[in-house]
Amino acid sequence: MTITSGKKKQKIDRLAELAARDDERGVSLWQEAFRRLRRNPAAIVGAVILALFVVVAVVGPFLVPYSPTDTIGIRDGLIKPGVIPGIDGDHWLGLDHQGRDEFSRLVVGARQTLLVGVVSTLIGLAVGALIGGVAGAAAGLGGRWGRWIDSTLMRFIDMMLAMPSLLLAVSIAALLGASLTTVMIAVGVVSVPVFARLLRGSMISQANSDYVLAATSLGVRKPKIALTHVVPNSLAPVIVQATLTLATAIIEAAALSFLGLGNPDTSVPEWGVMLADAQQYLDIRPGLAVYPALGIIITALGFTLLGEAMREALDPKLRK
Amino acid sequence: MSDDDILVEVRDLKVHFPIKRGVIFDRTVGHVKAVDGVDLRIPRGKTYGLVGESGCGKSTLGRALLQLTPPTDGQVVFDGVELTTLPAGKLRTMRRRMQMIFQDPMSSLDPRQNVESILTEGLQTHGIGKDRDDRRRIIGETLDAVGLPRWALSRYPHEFSGGQRQRIGIARALVLGPELIVADEPVSALDVSIQAQVVNLLDELQDSLGLTYLVIAHDLAVVRHISDMVGVMYLGALVEEAPSDRLYTEPLHPYTRALMSAVPVPDPDVEDRRERILLAGDLPSPANPPSGCRFHTRCPWAQPTRCADERPVLREIGASRVACHWAEQIASGELRPHKVSAEVVRPEGEGETPGVVSAPSEPGSYV
Repeated sequence: MTITSGKKKQKIDRLAELAARDDERGVSLWQEAFRRLRRNPAAIVGAVILALFVVVAVVGPFLVPYSPTDTIGIRDGLIKPGVIPGIDGDHWLGLDHQGRDEFSRLVVGARQTLLVGVVSTLIGLAVGALIGGVAGAAAGLGGRWGRWIDSTLMRFIDMMLAMPSLLLAVSIAALLGASLTTVMIAVGVVSVPVFARLLRGSMISQANSDYVLAATSLGVRKPKIALTHVVPNSLAPVIVQATLTLATAIIEAAALSFLGLGNPDTSVPEWGVMLADAQQYLDIRPGLAVYPALGIIITALGFTLLGEAMREALDPKLRK
Repeated sequence: MSDDDILVEVRDLKVHFPIKRGVIFDRTVGHVKAVDGVDLRIPRGKTYGLVGESGCGKSTLGRALLQLTPPTDGQVVFDGVELTTLPAGKLRTMRRRMQMIFQDPMSSLDPRQNVESILTEGLQTHGIGKDRDDRRRIIGETLDAVGLPRWALSRYPHEFSGGQRQRIGIARALVLGPELIVADEPVSALDVSIQAQVVNLLDELQDSLGLTYLVIAHDLAVVRHISDMVGVMYLGALVEEAPSDRLYTEPLHPYTRALMSAVPVPDPDVEDRRERILLAGDLPSPANPPSGCRFHTRCPWAQPTRCADERPVLREIGASRVACHWAEQIASGELRPHKVSAEVVRPEGEGETPGVVSAPSEPGSYV
């Protein structure tokens, strides 16, 4: 009796659930993409790495055991020519060539890396999306002027694309003089052509789609179609690209610092500078190069994993 | 038929697309003549079917009729109003009265809009409905008319099946209360079982709302079922136009005959003995159409005179209009078909001019 009523209850619950589904709201594309993202292990790994990285970058500097600029090793006489103390109980990753605590420098350096990565990507995204958006809109509206604006902007972008990205970044950094802002601008500018081309191409392909024609045949005005249909549908690849660009921005910022074109303020530790300093001591303490390099690699990997997973989740061809 | 009964009249419509080349800035090197001089009239409340192989310009004609693709030349008169010269603002207002149904219901619906938003867009554009509730009432009635449940409103296109999506597309066109609907391959992207449902839905809607249709399709059976009048297009021009049944029983133009001979008959005995006219070669390039009659390069009845140098106009023969110099002689059997060898279609300015048709051989050799 109890079993039957239990089964019956289950059945009723199931029916109620099915009936309730009809009242449920539809699942939008973004919600659907998010569901797919959650089921992708690569996305989870990427997200966990990035979450750790962000937490370390934000709260880490308040918790580190030593000041990243305190030359403990020299004060205590631990640093002698040809000797750099390695890992011990007090210093988890040992000391660097100036006797500073390597672990503290690594943690504080994460903040710098995150800042440069995010700000430079935002610069690239903003400028690139502006140029790409204007060119895409001009191409979509057509006419002699539209085509002229589009062609001119795109030839300019092609010139930027023709230069190797690191060379371009180095030239800009050298031209503007070394500073933190310069690094951000240089790394940001390098990603401008990618965002511009991507948004323009995406807008043009959306502008030729049937639903835009359908909106035209409904009598909707062109600017409104551009804002309500074309732009929102063109953004998905740009967002994916922004995530992937964060990875390259971090690597490029480190490369600039490595080449001595980074932030001249040595009181702020930076992974690229740490890597550059470490190369003279590779034979004594190879770990000094390994730790910042691993930091760069793992962070870039995190962004890449998440970006690729987002690309898959947002790809209409894979949608079922 | 009096002129008052004509809802749409197309006069000598031409749509030429420029072919552009250039390294930095484009220059025009030629034109693709997608639609090259079409005349047709669609009576109010009737269905005009447009058939032809892919690339013949039938979709472009439909879009040019609705001014979605600007025509190069010619006129489109909709209920007495000439559309090609209408100012943009007035044209937008007119759009309420003429709507379109698309081939692929997935790509013609914005994936980011839910059904309510899709159906509201047109209403807002034309200021139909006093407030949100009023618009919801109109949308609800439209959903009922196309056979979609009310809960569809909050759903997104990707949550529906192909047939349901096409119903959403039809609802989007209907919600404005149009008089003319241009349906561009409305069922060809759907499963056969769903095709019948959608065709019947279009039929019912025509009966209850008095709609006028221009149905563009390559499926001859669908067009025959739904149309009152059928026009056959070849390479940007109409070659024959006739009442639906007459076109299928008595095709007059050689191209129509070839098309009709490709329709399978649902009787194995008849099907086995059915005479098939296989056309040689491909559709010539609309950038460089053949001289004279556009079909003469592939026509089994092509004659040494007139066909290659004189473009035939639509002539009335009985209830049909045919663009063929020899339609009567072909119909009476005086002219027999002959073998046609496929030719290489050359780009303009290269090689010898096309138009050489091999000598007639004995009748029936094309089978």
